[in-house]
Amino acid sequence: MTVINLDHLSSNPLLPEVKSAMIDAINADYANPSSQHKRGEEAAELLETARARVAALIHSDSPKEIIFTSGGTESNNHAIKGVAMANMAKGKHIITSNIEHNSVNKCLRRLQSLMDVRVTSIPVDKSGRVNPKDIEDAIQDDTILVSIMHSNNETGTIQPIEEIGKITRKNRVIFHCDAVDSVGVVPIDVNQLDVDMLSFSSNPFYGPTGVGGLYIRRGTRVFPILDGGVQENKKRAGTENLIGIIGMGVAAQKAAEDMDGRIAYLRSLKEKLLNELPDYIDEYIINTNLDYSLPNLLSVSIQYIEGESVMLMLDDEDLAVSTRSACATGSLRASHVLLSIGLSHADAQGTLVIAVGIDNKAADVDKFLQALQKTVKTLRDISPLYQKERKP
Amino acid sequence: MYSKTVMDHFRNPRNVGVIENANGVGEVGNPLCGDMMTIYLDIQDNHIKDIKFQTFGCGSAIAVSSMLSEIAKGKSIEEAKKITNKDVAEALEGLPKNKLHCSNLGADALQMAIKDYEDRKAGRTRKEPEKNEHREHAHEGKCHCPYCDIELKIGARFCEACQSSLEEEH
Repeated sequence: MTVINLDHLSSNPLLPEVKSAMIDAINADYANPSSQHKRGEEAAELLETARARVAALIHSDSPKEIIFTSGGTESNNHAIKGVAMANMAKGKHIITSNIEHNSVNKCLRRLQSLMDVRVTSIPVDKSGRVNPKDIEDAIQDDTILVSIMHSNNETGTIQPIEEIGKITRKNRVIFHCDAVDSVGVVPIDVNQLDVDMLSFSSNPFYGPTGVGGLYIRRGTRVFPILDGGVQENKKRAGTENLIGIIGMGVAAQKAAEDMDGRIAYLRSLKEKLLNELPDYIDEYIINTNLDYSLPNLLSVSIQYIEGESVMLMLDDEDLAVSTRSACATGSLRASHVLLSIGLSHADAQGTLVIAVGIDNKAADVDKFLQALQKTVKTLRDISPLYQKERKP
Repeated sequence: MYSKTVMDHFRNPRNVGVIENANGVGEVGNPLCGDMMTIYLDIQDNHIKDIKFQTFGCGSAIAVSSMLSEIAKGKSIEEAKKITNKDVAEALEGLPKNKLHCSNLGADALQMAIKDYEDRKAGRTRKEPEKNEHREHAHEGKCHCPYCDIELKIGARFCEACQSSLEEEH
């Protein structure tokens, strides 16, 4: 049984080159990169090679501006808590948006309750984008940080980061960008975007999970959140996950080399899906801003039915997708992102996130559309909303 | 995550549909809480001769409706009144902790349908819920905690009873 993965948002397969580099690294029994003996230096060299590859992927001026972390969540925690701690004397005001990932949201809530930090959360428009002017207007004398994500993990919509970067630079406010779903997928240049910190993770570009990094522009005032040894230029204590980092380095290099081809291919699959969807189902809402979005992600709310049911039925047909239904996320709450772009609770309940990957074929999209048609019909036949809402 | 019985009832739900001339109808839930369920009864000689349901909801909500309909079918009104959420959940070989509120919905809908039948029989008229009112404000402005099933105010972020955070998880 082969399950077709249309849930690349949750997990991507490792590239063959990444696998073999990691297996080689396991077999080589590398030493601790902090050790000063020969074996340690050999490991340190591999660590720095990976760092240079990752730095090149995001066009950082120097690999010294990259620290390795356990992934996007740690990177976001580091950026937000680290800046708040290091800049307490300057101020306690932080600006963010209504659609950030919980690893940003919950950090800010923690800082609000523990450190009396004030948070201004900027709404997005119906298309899911922040207006940079709103951010400029929200900046106060004691604003220490602006944190806005590059692309949203539920809609795939990309934010006007470059314009926000100009504003934060002019106002001398630190700018952090959660680019977890963008780095390695679309071109990212930290200088062009004018960000001071940028979070990323390795799996979205076909590297291993549990590895990521944080770009910290030289001169940015930020404290570590993990205290201990002097690893990562004293910015992140703890022995590095060398095997994972080697894998991420190889994945970063491949992502940089293959980016244009990948984008064209993923976009062709997404467009096929988008163009053919009306032939299979009706009454749905596209939540993705098609002018500014990731090439691989499409969020669609299918009306009158609930997402977990759709996901389970598609799973029976060996198709893996993700849903943003409140029922499937372990809470009663509809997604804050979907409500922020103006969806009703009922429509938010029927939301699927389809994320294609380089391992998908056009035939996968065909199979998905056929299975979706059947599933939607079955569930609408059961749904009391379907008939009720459609009554004239 | 779900038991075999839950998946069986989800994949092949029993008694789906509408009874055109139902003499008892119960509707509970709203999309704000996650699920909606409508139960139709055909009661003859004090017994549930036929039962059908329509459900908008997750896998467990559909399975609960299906199992409930099987348990209730053929029962006398007195017996049917005794059907509890626990009976349905147990017949399904358990539900995940955060899905207990779905089983609550099932028994609630059945009891409402029986009450509707009794009201009609006694000549009490019922008010048709308006379309939008039904959609957002049914269930008397209440949701149930997905973890412990206690009643919560809509919008509650924390369940005092079981100390569960009700923030969305990713």
